[in-house]
Amino acid sequence: MPVDGFMYPNEIELQWSVLIVVYPFVTGLVAGAFILASLERIFHVDAVKPTYRLAMLTALAFLLVAPLPLQLHLGHPERSLEMYLTPHRSSPMAMFGFVYLWYLMAVLLLEVWLDFRRDIVLLSQSTTGWRRLLYRALTLGSSNISQGALRVDERVGWVVTLIGIPSAFLLHGYVGFIFGTVKANPWWSSPLMPVVFIFSAMVSGIAMVMLVYMAMMKLRKQPIDMRCVDTVAQYMLYTFIIDFALEMLDLIHRISVADESFRSLDFMVHTRLFFSQVILQIVLGTVVPILAIGLIQIFHVPEKIRRAAYAICGCLTIIGIFAMRWNVVIGGQLFSKSFLGYTTYKLELISREGELVAAGLLILPFIILAVLIKVLPPWPERQTTIGD
Amino acid sequence: MITRRKMLMLLPAAAFAWKYVLAGTPEMASNYNRSEHWWGMLLDIDKCIGCGNCVRGCATENNVPEGYFRTWVERYHVPGWRQETPQVDSPNGGKDGFPPSTAVGGKNFFVPKMCNHCAESPCTQVCPVGATFESPDGVVLVDETYCLGCRYCIQACPYGCRFLHPTKHTAEKCSLCYHRITKGLTTACCENCPTGARQLADLKNPADPIHEFLKTHSVQVLKPYLATGAKAFYHDIDGSVR
Repeated sequence: MPVDGFMYPNEIELQWSVLIVVYPFVTGLVAGAFILASLERIFHVDAVKPTYRLAMLTALAFLLVAPLPLQLHLGHPERSLEMYLTPHRSSPMAMFGFVYLWYLMAVLLLEVWLDFRRDIVLLSQSTTGWRRLLYRALTLGSSNISQGALRVDERVGWVVTLIGIPSAFLLHGYVGFIFGTVKANPWWSSPLMPVVFIFSAMVSGIAMVMLVYMAMMKLRKQPIDMRCVDTVAQYMLYTFIIDFALEMLDLIHRISVADESFRSLDFMVHTRLFFSQVILQIVLGTVVPILAIGLIQIFHVPEKIRRAAYAICGCLTIIGIFAMRWNVVIGGQLFSKSFLGYTTYKLELISREGELVAAGLLILPFIILAVLIKVLPPWPERQTTIGD
Repeated sequence: MITRRKMLMLLPAAAFAWKYVLAGTPEMASNYNRSEHWWGMLLDIDKCIGCGNCVRGCATENNVPEGYFRTWVERYHVPGWRQETPQVDSPNGGKDGFPPSTAVGGKNFFVPKMCNHCAESPCTQVCPVGATFESPDGVVLVDETYCLGCRYCIQACPYGCRFLHPTKHTAEKCSLCYHRITKGLTTACCENCPTGARQLADLKNPADPIHEFLKTHSVQVLKPYLATGAKAFYHDIDGSVR
């Protein structure tokens, strides 16, 4: 095992693998997509309306996958239910199950159901065979779609979204808390961690919904609503600036304080994390998208170039945020807690926690999303067609 | 009043609960009273010769898998005045002793390491199911029948004392030879130390020589700024030790 300097003998083996990188990445996309959706619902940003239902389905698809990397990573996955039965309340991790269930059952599923209830009822009447049975089941026995009933749906949905926003913050802020409270590890231990996680989550979720929307429009040969994409990109830019400012604050604070861990962490950033942190996360994944979208705000850029820029920036952002998760999770384990040495992480291709499994977990939400889109078409024109 | 019907309902619940009571009970002698003890360890840097007997003794006693360590020995070489950059090695955890040092000048010494059995242990705090816990007599233990193998505790330990057992897939660490000390014996590492560099200490026993030692000698715990309430007391430890 290539070790530089001295590590405590039990530290040489990394404990949290790429799956633990996938977990905050996927959870972040959920929180971000939901917060984008809430813009329309709560803050009445009409321009982003075309992405609203798609954002909800994207959030749901990713949320369904979120616990899988954890489950695959556990030494004893069959005991994972104990987290619900006998949670240890002082552990930040113990609350994951509850926060996840709350978010899934009380927020996302409820909200999606309320949003699509009218469509579900109409589809249960217009389809035949197994599809009819499926939609009937999805109505949950509630087939009243009178104006009054829909008004109630709307009002309840509004309240659920209102509760959903702090819940989305809780879901991902809590993931940051799991890392931020490990006082043994100076790379993680920071009160800024939950906040940085939330804002980076928002950035990645917005970028993902923007990319999915553009890709879907391309696939359906429909025109991209540029007013919508411009607005989404603007929100991405604003949250990105806050996220970057927070991360830079953390960096400047570390440089300024320069405590006993600084020399070790500084060395790591300049060597083993240089590519993933400096090149991927900061330069390509943050500075380039901020500059590109920032310039679009200042100069008049033709639609075609804007579209291409958004697609490229969206992809770079997603890569950058994945790199950020990587740098937090893997970076936090590359140095010794003695601050006297460094180890390396070798990503295996085929193993329980290997590259293929991680790739599979990153593809799975898109397959789920495709199924969800098939079952519950989120397109606005679909609503009117059914209505007619 | 408990009716037959209520009894029938209560019995399975009680059986279910009893399983967890049993799972959390460590092995001990029948006359051992946990409330009468508070265990720690004294490690005397001046006496450690780096022979590795403690590492081997521990591995044999506790079936520690090869390449993992419940205890290990580090060799320090501090060449000059800079305390932050000592040269440290611990080949195979010091299990096979150390090759002759090539370092010239400066200080050289050995530091035996193990779980500090912290009173405010960060590892037990983070366990999501409470599978690792502090026993009433001050020993940090892992219930391997309950551990999920999430490895949060390994991340939370500032001293690198924990590892994931390669075949059991549960967290593993020094148990302070709980199966021995609760029967009036000392730990395997103390038993095998030829110089008495390790001394098991019962901080609740007024007759234990540890009290006199702590009153009259200079001792330190590792990383005191983390406020873990560590109970591995090091005598005459150098400031360069991490």
